[in-house]
Amino acid sequence: MEHIRTPKCVSKYVVEQVKLLDRFSNKSVTGTLHLTATHLIFVESNSTSAQEIWILHHHIASVEKLSLTTSGCPLLIQCRNFRVVHFVIPRERDCHDIYSSLLRLLRPVSYDELYAFSYNPKQNDQQREEGWQLIDLAAEFERMGVPCDQWQLTDVNREYKVCETYPRDLYVPITASKPIIVGSSKFRSKGRFPVLTYFYQEKKAAVCRCSQPLSGFSARCLEDEHMLQAISKSNHNSRYIYVMDTRPKLNALANRAAGKGYENEDNYSNIRFQFVGIENIHVMRGSLQKLLEVMGTRSLSMTDYLVGLENSGWLRHIKAIMDAAIFLARAVTVEGASVLVHCSDGWDRTAQVCALGSLLMDPYYRTIKGFMVLIEKDWISFGHKFADRCDQLDPDPKEVSPIFTQFLECVWQLTEQFPQAFEFSEWFLIQIHEHVHSCQFGNFLGNSQRQREDLQLKERTYSLWAHLLSEKQNYLNPVYSPSFAESHPVLEPSTQAYHFKFWRNMYHQYDRSMHPRQSILKHVLTLKESNRELEGTVQALKTKLQKFGVSTSPLKPQTPPRERSLPPRPQSLILGAPLLSRKEVQQEEDEEVIGEEAREDAPASTGGERTVEGNSATENGYGELKESFGSKNEPSVVTLEFGVARMTC
Amino acid sequence: MASAADLHSELFLNALTQVSSRFIGSLGTIIVKCKDLRVIQLDIPGMEECLNIASSIEALSTLDSVSLMYPFFYRPLFEVIEDGWQLFVPEEAFKDLESMTDEWRLSEVNKDFSVCPSYPSLLTVPKDIDDESLCKAASFRHGGRFPVLSYYHKKNGMVMMRAAQPLTGTNGRRCKEDEKLINATLCAGKRGYIIDTRTIAVAQQAKARGGGFEQEANYPQWRRIHKAIERSNVLQESLIKLVEACNDQSHSMDRWLSKLEASNWQSHVKEILTTACLAAQCIDREGASVLVHGTEGTDSTLQVTSLAQIILDPACRTIRGFEALIEREWLQAGHPFQQRCAQSAYSNGKPRSEAPVFLLFLDCVWQILRQFPCSFQFNENFLIMLFEHTYASQFGTFLGNSVGERVKLQLSQKTVSLWSWVNRPQEMERFLNPLYEPNNLVIWPSVAPQSLLLWEGVFLRWNRSTKCLDEAYQEMVHIIEYNKELQNKVNSLRRQLAQLETEDNPLQTP
Repeated sequence: MEHIRTPKCVSKYVVEQVKLLDRFSNKSVTGTLHLTATHLIFVESNSTSAQEIWILHHHIASVEKLSLTTSGCPLLIQCRNFRVVHFVIPRERDCHDIYSSLLRLLRPVSYDELYAFSYNPKQNDQQREEGWQLIDLAAEFERMGVPCDQWQLTDVNREYKVCETYPRDLYVPITASKPIIVGSSKFRSKGRFPVLTYFYQEKKAAVCRCSQPLSGFSARCLEDEHMLQAISKSNHNSRYIYVMDTRPKLNALANRAAGKGYENEDNYSNIRFQFVGIENIHVMRGSLQKLLEVMGTRSLSMTDYLVGLENSGWLRHIKAIMDAAIFLARAVTVEGASVLVHCSDGWDRTAQVCALGSLLMDPYYRTIKGFMVLIEKDWISFGHKFADRCDQLDPDPKEVSPIFTQFLECVWQLTEQFPQAFEFSEWFLIQIHEHVHSCQFGNFLGNSQRQREDLQLKERTYSLWAHLLSEKQNYLNPVYSPSFAESHPVLEPSTQAYHFKFWRNMYHQYDRSMHPRQSILKHVLTLKESNRELEGTVQALKTKLQKFGVSTSPLKPQTPPRERSLPPRPQSLILGAPLLSRKEVQQEEDEEVIGEEAREDAPASTGGERTVEGNSATENGYGELKESFGSKNEPSVVTLEFGVARMTC
Repeated sequence: MASAADLHSELFLNALTQVSSRFIGSLGTIIVKCKDLRVIQLDIPGMEECLNIASSIEALSTLDSVSLMYPFFYRPLFEVIEDGWQLFVPEEAFKDLESMTDEWRLSEVNKDFSVCPSYPSLLTVPKDIDDESLCKAASFRHGGRFPVLSYYHKKNGMVMMRAAQPLTGTNGRRCKEDEKLINATLCAGKRGYIIDTRTIAVAQQAKARGGGFEQEANYPQWRRIHKAIERSNVLQESLIKLVEACNDQSHSMDRWLSKLEASNWQSHVKEILTTACLAAQCIDREGASVLVHGTEGTDSTLQVTSLAQIILDPACRTIRGFEALIEREWLQAGHPFQQRCAQSAYSNGKPRSEAPVFLLFLDCVWQILRQFPCSFQFNENFLIMLFEHTYASQFGTFLGNSVGERVKLQLSQKTVSLWSWVNRPQEMERFLNPLYEPNNLVIWPSVAPQSLLLWEGVFLRWNRSTKCLDEAYQEMVHIIEYNKELQNKVNSLRRQLAQLETEDNPLQTP
């Protein structure tokens, strides 16, 4: 590619003898750095444990050249998936070449340069099309019971004329005529008038979303008032609707000076207005920055960790979003009232609250497929500005914000409280997060449906959902119980502060030394897969036995057998199995084979020593005794990374 | 009286730590705070009745005399098959050691507990050191706790020893026998580490009170490392603050985090684990022997030596092995359980010697268990059960402060051992970890703050519903058991088939 500065004009730029420093200890490994058109690849030269690190250019948030050291020129790369790598490149010249090539590569100026447009998973057009057809929002509204006698599909936005950032298909109350819709849209920021996003069939209560009204200090709009009236009237269970302004009151007040603001309860009949107090994108961006800064500190003390966690405000924000979603879910499911949610533009906080609220109310959204539908509906189709928020094209740094990450984290916090409620495990959430930034698939490109259509994404790129479904077995939650959904259709999480935890697997995904060395999830998932295979083996053996005329009692399956056979393990390199490098996946497969053989002969023992990940003292950083003293007599200072480190002898 | 406590569930009176009562009209309310951190409210109509009950509870829960405590009156409703008092005797442990090395001997120097009142009667010491030298070394160590063997690392023959601080005082006293004793544990030309659990400043201060630390000049073969594990009263303060924070449901996120931080509990966990890892690292990675001590050698020292063994020795991760470890490194090693575990977090006054030293140890074990969930034969319930029984128990195991005291109280004759009860298969079932797969590796936990969690099973136990978590756990157990069942089925079918095939074969061949 023309953006790669290379001495010999080859398509791949290779630097040897590069050192990769561990982020939290003094350890380092040496290897070769390859710069390709799409990835930066580090291959460790050590023959036995040669690890490979693949970093997609789109994942790189910043590249920094640090001041020259004796061993070479350090290059610090921070990624949007929270990976931080620190290379030391022997020659300054090489370092500079890589640095400037990366700078150019990670600032694509047009959509065509994004990986999604060159990524080719070897599928034909039909498979590609099928991938895009997996999620059908019309079918989703049908599932909710819409259209019905109170709600209908409107074609007012067919040409994106009323609202550019909304999808074409929108659902509104039967009684809301076109003039009312158009009038209301003119009174709402960016034309985002109130539309249906979720319908709670049991109580006929609706969750609607919009942007702030252009009320200023006193302006009003009869059509908009009619619109809210129409939403209210479509629900016979309740005489009032809630209007949730998800912003802090102060922010809403300040907006009035700019001719925006919030609904005046005097002008709208039968509304109950409520501020929720979720902070804006700038506060959230700052908060994450602070969080990452603290967590990236070497030799972090417990005090600094907890103080840093508090000062970042991150968990406070997560709790605020959760509180809002719970308020929404209660209003709908307990009171049977319809709720209209908005913030300023209605594409950040509104998306968080509507999506999370729906997830609390509807068990379908807690399945793998349902969660995809939810994201497709409340985030992608309603115009969460993924391109801006996730920094896809040469960006405005003020537009970047971890709004979607927060939503994923809220879901994770819920999985911690309700381990059996979700069909997916946290790796599913982390993988989605990975791809929101990878620009490898078309789903999250651009800021709105309209823009996506202009880019012809469905013809030119692939859908993430098909890819994720093909590796579904990696993301399953082994203890998921469909019957839990029956007994708990509505989740009622506790929002006591102590229930909110730091999501280590997300923010330290690549810092392997920090994680449990044995994963219960992986272990139980493997067992569950093995159970399925064994059930098959039992059946096969029984059939064989029957040939000998032996009758056997039918096996009582304790878990319902799966309908589908599962696809093979993923082959993708960086985005493959969670937490595992390709090597380990291979290793694990080998282990499984051993287990299988051992099972045939000796059922009790699965043989062999189990490997424990990261099983080394030095990886953990409680002190590397730098110098081992054998026969050496000279006095020395032994530095221990943790604790009081000096001792003289 | 007992019936009042039966209202909710069976509560042992010695499990209560604070009783308070108040009145609204004639309705009295008694608030009972338990040592397992539970808080119970009893509404009792009638002022007089209420006051009577409150004062009875108060009186009965603050008994002065050990011999009036519940274990002395408890009669087991089960048959004692295996007497826990006889399970872990030093002679047995020494037999194991003998099979690995002949460098050590079992000394009876402390037979009548006169050399060191807090040590047991039998002690493992280097073979070449005679009892007379031991007595001299004992006079040089705080409380007579001279260096003794704590752990022998089979893999490389390195050892971990523990002691109390040396009594160097301000003028730098020395003791040849003490030097000889610990040098006897080093191989020729090798050197060892002394891990002092106190900061250098604290250790310096100790000199003024007759204590101190090993001077480099007198112990040239040893390198001293100072760590900063806090002492008892600080730990007790920490526990009180932590429990307060956990019990207040009205906290905002910021307040919760700042209270959690202010309690310092997690910092203590991190510091203790780090020190234990360091000791293990010296032994396993550096191939050096280690001597651990703090001031008295009965608290932080034991935390470090016992945790290091869990890291290094797979045997300690089994149930029996863990019981043996507690017996060896805590009970026999003279951790003053009765002083440390009298009141728990809700104490009215501030008993000076109260401290959650053992609870911190259990917390650290839980942290390692979290990080290596397949490496332990026991589960979290086992650790919680131990926590409860150290503070209040119908069993005599944790009564008294030393082996000497226990002998005087005749606990093994007059009370039932906790192990007699726990090791019954019916009870054991609750404590088994379904994920356990023995591994012989050294397990190195991460001590990064991000890797250490609040032990919710203890501290949030009464404040949150665990129904969903328990059900998920059951489902996991079910998957594991079903897997075993299926494997057995496959094997029996295979055998059946193989048998039929061999029987069949002769018929097929003419």
